Amino acid sequence: MRITCPHCGERDRREFYYRGAAVDLDRPAPDAGAEAWDNFVYLRENPAGVTRELWYHEGGCGAWIVVTRNTVTHEIQGSQLASEVNA
Amino acid sequence: MDNLIAKSPCDGLLPLTVGTVTLSEEDAGEVHSLAPFKGQDKALSEAMKTAHGMAFPAANRATGKAGARAVWFGPAQAMLMGPAPDAALADHAAIVDQSDAWAIVRLEGDAAEAVLARLVPLDLRVAQFKRGHTARSLLFHMTASITRVGENAFQIMVFRSMAESLVHDLKRAMEGVAARG
Amino acid sequence: MRVAGKGLIDRTETVPFVFDGVSYNGFRGDTLASALLANDVRLMGRSFKYHRPRGVLTAGSEEPNALVTVGEGGAQEPNMRATMQEIYPGLAARSQNRWPSLGFDLMGINDLGAPFLGAGFYYKTFMWPKAFWEKVYEPIIRRAAGLGGLSGQDNTDKYESAYAFCDLLVIGAGPAGLMAALVAARAGADVILADENARMGGRLLAETYEVDGKPGHVWADEVLAELRGMDNVRLMTRTTVAGAYDQGTYAALERVLHHTDRRPNGAPLETYWRIVAKRSVLAAGALERPVAFRDNDRPGIMTAGAVRTYLNRWGVSPGRNVTIFGNTDDIHRTARDLLEAGVHVAAVIDSRHDAPLSDDYQVLRGAQVCGSAGRKGLESITVRRASGEEKIHTDCLAMTGGWNPSVHLTCHMNGRPTWQRDIAAFVPRPDAVPGMETAGACNGSFSTDACLREGIAAAEAALDDLGMKAPKTTVPQAEDTPYEIAQLWAVPGKGRAWLDFQNDVTVKDVKQAATENFRSVEHMKRYTTQGMATDQGKNSNVAALAVLADATGRGISETGTTTFRPPYSPMAIAALGAGAEGAGFKPQRFTTSHKAAVARNAPMVEAGLWYRPSYFPQAGETTWRQSCDREVNMVRQAVGICDVSPLGKIDIQGPDAGAFLDFVYTNMFSTLKVGRARYGLMLREDGFVMDDGTTARLGETHYVMTTTTAGAGDVMKHLEFVHQGLRPDLDVSFTSVTEQWAQFAVAGPKSRELLNDLLDMQLDDESWPFMACGPVSVLGVAGRLFRISFSGEHAYEIAVPARYGASLYDILTKRAEVLGGGLYGMEALGVLRIEKGFITHSEIHGRTTAYDIGMGRMVSQKKDCIGKTMSQREGLEEPGRERLVGLKPIGESKQLLAGAHLYKEEAEPVRTNDQGYLTSVGYSPTLETMLGLGFLADGPDRYGEVVKMVDHLRGVTTLCEVVNPVFFDPDGGRVRG
Repeated sequence: MRITCPHCGERDRREFYYRGAAVDLDRPAPDAGAEAWDNFVYLRENPAGVTRELWYHEGGCGAWIVVTRNTVTHEIQGSQLASEVNA
Repeated sequence: MDNLIAKSPCDGLLPLTVGTVTLSEEDAGEVHSLAPFKGQDKALSEAMKTAHGMAFPAANRATGKAGARAVWFGPAQAMLMGPAPDAALADHAAIVDQSDAWAIVRLEGDAAEAVLARLVPLDLRVAQFKRGHTARSLLFHMTASITRVGENAFQIMVFRSMAESLVHDLKRAMEGVAARG
Repeated sequence: MRVAGKGLIDRTETVPFVFDGVSYNGFRGDTLASALLANDVRLMGRSFKYHRPRGVLTAGSEEPNALVTVGEGGAQEPNMRATMQEIYPGLAARSQNRWPSLGFDLMGINDLGAPFLGAGFYYKTFMWPKAFWEKVYEPIIRRAAGLGGLSGQDNTDKYESAYAFCDLLVIGAGPAGLMAALVAARAGADVILADENARMGGRLLAETYEVDGKPGHVWADEVLAELRGMDNVRLMTRTTVAGAYDQGTYAALERVLHHTDRRPNGAPLETYWRIVAKRSVLAAGALERPVAFRDNDRPGIMTAGAVRTYLNRWGVSPGRNVTIFGNTDDIHRTARDLLEAGVHVAAVIDSRHDAPLSDDYQVLRGAQVCGSAGRKGLESITVRRASGEEKIHTDCLAMTGGWNPSVHLTCHMNGRPTWQRDIAAFVPRPDAVPGMETAGACNGSFSTDACLREGIAAAEAALDDLGMKAPKTTVPQAEDTPYEIAQLWAVPGKGRAWLDFQNDVTVKDVKQAATENFRSVEHMKRYTTQGMATDQGKNSNVAALAVLADATGRGISETGTTTFRPPYSPMAIAALGAGAEGAGFKPQRFTTSHKAAVARNAPMVEAGLWYRPSYFPQAGETTWRQSCDREVNMVRQAVGICDVSPLGKIDIQGPDAGAFLDFVYTNMFSTLKVGRARYGLMLREDGFVMDDGTTARLGETHYVMTTTTAGAGDVMKHLEFVHQGLRPDLDVSFTSVTEQWAQFAVAGPKSRELLNDLLDMQLDDESWPFMACGPVSVLGVAGRLFRISFSGEHAYEIAVPARYGASLYDILTKRAEVLGGGLYGMEALGVLRIEKGFITHSEIHGRTTAYDIGMGRMVSQKKDCIGKTMSQREGLEEPGRERLVGLKPIGESKQLLAGAHLYKEEAEPVRTNDQGYLTSVGYSPTLETMLGLGFLADGPDRYGEVVKMVDHLRGVTTLCEVVNPVFFDPDGGRVRG
């Protein structure tokens, strides 16, 4: 498997650490309420199809990356710096 | 009166030659990490040009030459290797002394590329990875910085504490390549 | 028997080798199988289950029968296929799965029990008594059934892994692969051409075809010579591309040294390649399938293609009086090749009623072979025709049931092959692997002409994708015989007709599976074991599912195939894990004091990747406890030195550094004074504790954070995530300085005295109070000093650039010893911190909150921080939670054990009465008792109560008093004094 790092280009997946769904970037306000926080911390989709995931280029440049990937075809549709998502 | 005596990271481990490839420790001089503050990228690069004669490197590139080099190390981070950073740089970047943090070696020889192909998951063929190209990647299990510094020569950096593993892994790969003749 | 004038072997070089203790000669270029056949050795193995005598079935990597063991001791290699094992002077191979010898095998008795040993026999028979399975049945079955074994010694061979990159990977170097590689290479693409055989050319080496008016192998050599001369081409022989993975990644195994006994220093026996290719062409060819008929497994019965390969490539005829049976024109091609080589052809049995006749040999049309005879090898066959049955004497039967395209790699990414009725075979589904083209026989195109054309077309398609221009290519002249086949899977009749030679699965077994309702092909496979082991059903899958389809009244297409998974052919685990044995398993991180600690005989313990001394034994000390007690006392009474460099140190700079730290720590750091350090607690977003450590403020916008040794990597990842992902607005950057500084704890009442001798200034409580920090000059070298303590003593941590670490450690050691102190290790460090109730990851193990560890008030109410919202959830602060306490033994038993559970004194120690557990224990020489830290329901409200510690595993029960976790110096006078 190969993932494109927006800084470094296409790299072997062993350079990357997997975190999970990109939901982690949508941090609610402290007073958003129990349901919003429960969704943010615990609830995850398990899609057969397109999913957005967080990967860390740990064995590389240290960028956090949002990778859009299809869990059925394994096609990687794109990657974006996490720093640009909440910029 | 006691005196503090300096030891290099690969003290007692190098140099090493197997077949046509030589592995030696590089004395890179001072090494400082430069991380530009927000909006200061250009100003930092200008200050570097003025003080050290090299620009802040683009992603995956190194600027300067042997003795005074700036090696890209990650988003908004480069290593200034050789000279002590000019005081003017501090206005534009966080500067962190890394002179003792890295084991820095030079792998040189006709088969150097073949040796790294045993350890590094990168396309290091010269057409793709030219002199002055650099990459943050893995060297077997270690995070590393790899820079082509010559036609058949690479500069490799891993954490200082991993110097023995670095030499162990490279030596093994060098032997495997050399044995094929 | 060797045939004069045939074969591509070097007859000038005789190669002596040994099989089962007998010496033979072969020629350079022979495989073990071809050389044994040349010596008229037909019996090469015993079957898996029934121990039936077996010879070669094939001439390639799909061989199910002729598996041998090569090498001795640690270098012993089982299950090497005789068809792939090249001979070399000194090769010694042994047959497998027989005792005492291949010719006389006592386990052959299994064959007589065959009526009882069919599919599902083991499942049904060895059900009871249950206890017998592991101790009685399984060992017996394992001994009787099986393949070769390992020596049980450490492998002495070296293995290697490597990466390669190219524009185009061509898999298979037959006519299609050669042509594809040639076209792409001429266009300037970087090409890797890989083939599993020692010599490239594929079927061109095994048939008598001409290409462009030259013998096929000559044409192949010319193409290879051109490719060899191009620097954009890499030819990889003896390399099996074994798996296709995501984004153009392929796994390949190169057998580097199996063809020789040379083992140059450091040379790999095998190399496991990870090849990244922008495009690939699969030209893997096809595998011939046998026909199932009664006793079709006798040595001497093999595929027709194998007979031609032995004849044309190795100049060996597997028999002197050959019969040929099948359902395609291949049988006639086989007859012609044999006759031309001067081998007698007794009969050609063609199952097709409209089969062509010949003047040169006898053709029996519409006939089938329905049985065979011969003790340890074929002596005769029985042929059934409309007119009746007839016995024909023969020592070799060449059979063909048609060809199966090698679609395996196209299925590795979940692609299922498609049934193509006119060739009665499965062919690849287009685009089953992104970026992969298929060409030639693996595509179901069997003529040489079609292979060459498809090779060109595949290369052109790949070049087009790569944005490269294909050169104009003329298709070389070659045969274009149409492929006509009449389906023939199993000849009806009594007795055992073998489908899967390797696993001893018969037509009857598959039918029985269907009868017992294992109708899915995946269930049938698992019930009968068809398609398992080293050949993975390459010779039997399609025939077995055809029999299953017939038995269940469905079509072949509907029945479908089992799933083809990597690797294509067997691979040693040693190759997959190459380089990761011994010191290569993971990096070793050594501190600058490592050698000094080892020189003092300190046993080293692993802490993450780091190695740290556990204690420093001195003369007269016979147990670790004696050393540990002495080291603890030394720190409490004089001064101790400990290398704390492995703790993570992160340099944090930027205008927003303070604001950032306020967001990742529960407590405030923006208010910390420059020149001071503060203990900080970090939560995960779910509100549980993640890590802790002290962070020092070195300047207005400059901090240095300390993390636990184990947590360093995770904390760095976390900081980068919080910055990049959640707060990219903050101007702050992080640099690990763990490796830059060698840092040593100098702890104990005499620590200041020791340091005052080394620094360029005098320390005192006013200028350097507890938690002060700043730059210092250490014997003239710029360093850093932190007055922090993990022992509860007056203590410092002193840091110098790592190049001076070893030297400073020696000086500190020497000076500490003069003051009655010395080195202490991890054991003493552990006791010192337990005495003070300081926590480590034993306590912040991922399931404890700030409230649980007594630090609830450290979660600032003035600001938001990671984990704050969730830490305030109902339930995480409620009564009844297990919270940190100290425990002291008070009864007869003085033993405390980490991991033991806590119960009320009078309660039965069962799960439902569980009140908590111990996390850290140690013997305190200061308080002369064992001490424990643990978590107890409502613990801090129960000081003075007696609870019962029970370790069910070690059978220990100890009564303990619940106390404040700070056992020693509770008001902290020592750390400040």
